[in-house]
Amino acid sequence: MSGGDLVVIGNGMVGQRFVEALRARDHGRRWRVTVLAEEGRPAYDRVRLSAFFDGVSAEELNLHTPDDGVALRLGEPATGIDRARRVVTTATGEHPYDALVLATGSYAFVPPVDGTDLPGVFVYRTLDDLAGIRAHGAGRRTGAVIGGGLLGLEAANALRLLGLATSVVEFAPRLMPVQVDEAGGAMLRRYVEELGVTTHLGVATTALRPGPDGAVAGLELSDGSTVDADLVVVAAGIRPRDELARAAGLAVGPRGGVLVDATCRTEDERIWAVGECAAVDGTCHGLVAPGYATAEVVADRLLDGAATFPGADTATKLKLLGVDVASFGDAHGATPGCLDVTFTDPATRSYAKLVLSDDARTLLGGVLVGDASAYPTLRASVGGPLPAPPLALLAPSGESGGGVAALPGAAQVCSCNAVTRDDIDAAIAGGCADVPALKACTRAGTSCGSCVPMLKQLLDAAGVQQSTALCEHFDASRQELFEIVQVRGIRTFSQLIAEHGRGRGCDICKPVVASILASLGTGHVLDGEQASLQDTNDHFLANLQRDGSYSVVPRIPGGEITPEKLIVIGEVARDFRLYTKITGGQRIDLFGARVEQLPQIWRRLVDAGFESGHAYGKALRTVKSCVGETWCRYGVQDSVGLAVALELRYRGLRAPHKIKSAVSGCARECAEARSKDFGIIATETGWNLYLGGNGGFRPRHADLFATDLSTDELVTLIDRFLMFYIRTADRLQRTAGWIEALEGGLDHLRAVIVDDSLGLCADLDAAMARHVASYSDEWRDVLDDPDRLRRFTSFVNAPHVPDPSITFAVERGQPVPARGAPPAAGADRRRQPVALGLPEVRR
Amino acid sequence: MSPTSTLDWTAVCPLDRLDPDRGVAALVDGVQVALFVTGGELYAVDNLDPVGGAYVMSRGIVGSRGGVPTLASPLHKQVYDLRTGRCLDLPDVTLRRHEARCRDGVVEVRLRQEE
Ligand SMILES: Cc1cc2nc3c(=O)[nH]c(=O)nc-3n(C[C@H](O)[C@H](O)[C@H](O)COP(=O)(O)OP(=O)(O)OC[C@H]3O[C@@H](n4cnc5c(N)ncnc54)[C@H](O)[C@@H]3O)c2cc1C
Ligand code: SF4
Ligand code: FES
Repeated sequence: MSGGDLVVIGNGMVGQRFVEALRARDHGRRWRVTVLAEEGRPAYDRVRLSAFFDGVSAEELNLHTPDDGVALRLGEPATGIDRARRVVTTATGEHPYDALVLATGSYAFVPPVDGTDLPGVFVYRTLDDLAGIRAHGAGRRTGAVIGGGLLGLEAANALRLLGLATSVVEFAPRLMPVQVDEAGGAMLRRYVEELGVTTHLGVATTALRPGPDGAVAGLELSDGSTVDADLVVVAAGIRPRDELARAAGLAVGPRGGVLVDATCRTEDERIWAVGECAAVDGTCHGLVAPGYATAEVVADRLLDGAATFPGADTATKLKLLGVDVASFGDAHGATPGCLDVTFTDPATRSYAKLVLSDDARTLLGGVLVGDASAYPTLRASVGGPLPAPPLALLAPSGESGGGVAALPGAAQVCSCNAVTRDDIDAAIAGGCADVPALKACTRAGTSCGSCVPMLKQLLDAAGVQQSTALCEHFDASRQELFEIVQVRGIRTFSQLIAEHGRGRGCDICKPVVASILASLGTGHVLDGEQASLQDTNDHFLANLQRDGSYSVVPRIPGGEITPEKLIVIGEVARDFRLYTKITGGQRIDLFGARVEQLPQIWRRLVDAGFESGHAYGKALRTVKSCVGETWCRYGVQDSVGLAVALELRYRGLRAPHKIKSAVSGCARECAEARSKDFGIIATETGWNLYLGGNGGFRPRHADLFATDLSTDELVTLIDRFLMFYIRTADRLQRTAGWIEALEGGLDHLRAVIVDDSLGLCADLDAAMARHVASYSDEWRDVLDDPDRLRRFTSFVNAPHVPDPSITFAVERGQPVPARGAPPAAGADRRRQPVALGLPEVRR
Repeated sequence: MSPTSTLDWTAVCPLDRLDPDRGVAALVDGVQVALFVTGGELYAVDNLDPVGGAYVMSRGIVGSRGGVPTLASPLHKQVYDLRTGRCLDLPDVTLRRHEARCRDGVVEVRLRQEE
């Protein structure tokens, strides 16, 4: 397909993954994407939904990263599809499409029983459902779940955690009938009952009856008995949401679901379906891994790829605290001629079954109850040779770890994200030395988390000491190096590496040391040897862009600017033909400058009173502000004045990661201060300080740290917070991650910088005072020094020849990089689509 | 820019114009070359980043990996062996090398034929 308007209906787990997959590969921006979402919040991790009852907030479950190229319309469900005109209708308008992707998921099936509409009866599908359950459950005593499958047991555990005496009613004669066999079901029942959950098996619910207050009070069962319940969760199965497709005349599968072929396309060549609403070749899949596979297929197809649905991994693990249950592959032994190996240990109360091929060589599937520690290894081995003799594999945890060493490279370690052992090994070889790095690099372990133990084992198997060493040149962590440099008074990289490291350094340790030296006030970042340590951004005091040109960002403290200065920026942009953009950080970015133009551009800006905005380094970027009490009728403090003062105070401060801040003049929060590393919100009587927002890839709100501060108190706390962070954080660790990693978290931070528990405060205050006193503008310093200026040429032997590779096209009236010929074939590996390939299910 | 290859040495700049471990770009017969001095050795490679497609290699960070002198792309940080041009992070990717020498305090470069 060539591109155009793409409409996605549904922003659930799979819809979100689809949009990310497409956007990551749509380099030519062929598709303009609109996402229609019924729920009021963007996509979140439904698989981990129950963690909500363990205190995990809705924000932590968030899966959505804002993307300028995607219009996300929350709370605007699609109401119809007009295939002839190719438009999707909603209550507020029409959305034309060239391609349409249905990602509407499922709804909870509620059996036709009297009383399911009573107050206090819930389904278990969305965050809103869970919030409703929590609210209704408060102060109540009894709860019941209709349905004893995976979801029902998860819901039962949630009710138990809410303090309700809980019953489960299941129509089949055993719990988790789909996944577990009879013997496993019996073992599971004992565990569940020991948790205090009562089970009623082999009976149907015939009615729900209300109590005196009109809300639900109990269940009537088919065997004539009754069960008390002030709160009822119906978890009797799911049905694909195919209503839009049906109304639009599209075919549905034999058991519902939008019928699609292996390319996930419906009979209408412009319409695709992904996730739980799709019936791929007639079958719906109610798990996230096959859903993600469909998302990858359609993303690939819309960009002219040839991916097909590779089959589904139906492995599941019950997330019930204290009870391990897992089933994977052909758990019921449906393959002709297959063999069972079962193992029951009354002492450890574990039950395991492995299903093997008729020659006993290939693992087809299995069930584990009581001890599922072998699950990740076994699941990854489905379809391949056994990594060890069956009994050794099933031996109690601790002894089974050896299994990973024998896993074949093609085995799926993480089935949620289709990551193989080869992928993990390659990432380890590429330098991933711990689980967070592997997660970031391969995505393994970022969904259900069940493969994380195996990631650790694979690191061990590869001989990776999970160390804090910065890189191969230094055994010390960033924090330790900071102390070494400070205590020993070291001022050069050569001395540091000669005395405390080895080799010549690299792109990891050099910028770290450069940042440490800069935070300790060792002069201009381009002085002497320091110049060779800087990343290209710091080296040219500008931001490298994709075509090798740079962008120039003058500081505009607090976003406040005079008309005269605005005019100068406009003139500079015009004279140097720079693409101009107002950024989210209240800056004006000028793009497309060649190296030799940088000093000329700075000269004009510096003469007009501008200085470097430090948009390049790991440094303080901006302090954003709203208009505050000066103009705003709601404002209670001068947010602009404070933002300007803070920005000037911390300008040029080098840190482990870039730092952003904002100040809002009242609780309406127009400056979005809570999404910053440090954010300030005015109160009637002072300032509230929030710390540790941002988070980057996983957005995060800052936490309230202190309230009603005077301006002096506020500045002192921020000084200490920043300095303590700069000294102790890891390389590239944002403030959010740093606070999370502090033992004791925010409370510890409070002890250190408010109560001075470590006796550090005087030192931190002095360090900040030195920084403030020693600030000088890096652009001006370069302009004043011919030696430094000499570096700003495109070619050493042709200083006046502009780099011929930088050429521009025009888009919307402005210059943008011309797209040259693609790099050498086979070289563009970084951006290749992720591999598809889930193990096939043998039936 | 087609790689016209000559077998002649071209004088580029005085040696003291190269800071240790920090590259410069030069134009040699119309080809952009990145020049480095590290560990007392001179290296010349293509300025074109074979992965990112921009002419930026002269602005990468010089270092070592396991004793091998290296250059990291400033775009996406792939690391190359300066002696062979081989990418240490991605199989099958190489950075074109050229020859460099110092005569009487002047750095000279000779483009290499396609290998
Ligand atoms: C409590 C719970 C636990 C689970 N645990 C696991 C697990 O351990 N492992 C596993 O693999 N799977 C698990 N699942 C299933 C998993 O969550 C789903 O497979 C997955 O979310 C499917 O993604 P989806 O995008 O297809 O549907 P969803 O995530 O349901 O998203 C569909 C979205 O589309 C929206 N929508 C519907 N109709 C419209 C419309 N007309 N217009 C606009 N928007 C619309 C819906 O509001 C919804 O937000 C669990 C599910 C639940 C509820
Ligand atoms: S945050 Fe308050 S003071 Fe600032 S612009 Fe918004 S409403 Fe006005
Ligand atoms: S298997 Fe679910 S995150 Fe890896």
